[in-house]
Amino acid sequence: MTAILCCCFLRSRVADMMRMTTHAIEPDALRKALFDPAAGAYCGFEGWVRDENEGHKVLRLEYEAYEPLAISECEKILAEARDRYECRQAQCVHRTGMLEIGDCAVWVGVVAAHRDEAFRACRYIIDELKVRLPIWKKEHYVDGHSGWVNCERCAAHTQAAS
Amino acid sequence: MKTITVRYFAIFRERAGCAEETLTLHVATAGDVFRETRLRHGSAEPTGHCKVAINDAMADWDSPVDDGDTVLLFPPVAGG
Repeated sequence: MTAILCCCFLRSRVADMMRMTTHAIEPDALRKALFDPAAGAYCGFEGWVRDENEGHKVLRLEYEAYEPLAISECEKILAEARDRYECRQAQCVHRTGMLEIGDCAVWVGVVAAHRDEAFRACRYIIDELKVRLPIWKKEHYVDGHSGWVNCERCAAHTQAAS
Repeated sequence: MKTITVRYFAIFRERAGCAEETLTLHVATAGDVFRETRLRHGSAEPTGHCKVAINDAMADWDSPVDDGDTVLLFPPVAGG
């Protein structure tokens, strides 16, 4: 009984958390906030804005999200990761708005007893959030054009096939 | 006929020229709403690449829509 109560108490401290922000993500502070004396491993992922995509020179990225569902869906992913990989805590922060080259667009942090769980949970979270969250990005190119990632070619392929 | 509020995001919003519109449609499912709006606004993305929510809950294309529902149409996502 003691063990069960202890487990429940610890679980209640472990809040899965997803946050959207229009401000710069600060991974160092986020990592420190995950400190847990029972965790032997931390695994973090930072997604950065890069200056090229599929041959186009990118000037900046514009992120848009439908926040109520982006948050609720990501909370589900974090809970799935915790259950599948026994990580002690998993958190995510995602930027919206206009981002410059080198800005951190997304941060995922996981702590677990051992490295394997931390690596696997972190990988699961970033892979799932990329395909499940209602978040979109528009690339603004050096040549003055712009385009929504995954949308422009998708529509072009469909029109070409029809 | 049902009165449906449709919300558009990202490239769908740009094509529609508005973030939201209320339409009176002869529709049974979320997929029917998507096909109606595609005809209006010229989108070509297949449903398999897009997502839909009804009244702020993720839904399927064959989920039924009722009079007064709000249908959120999500183009292909690209978070991260």
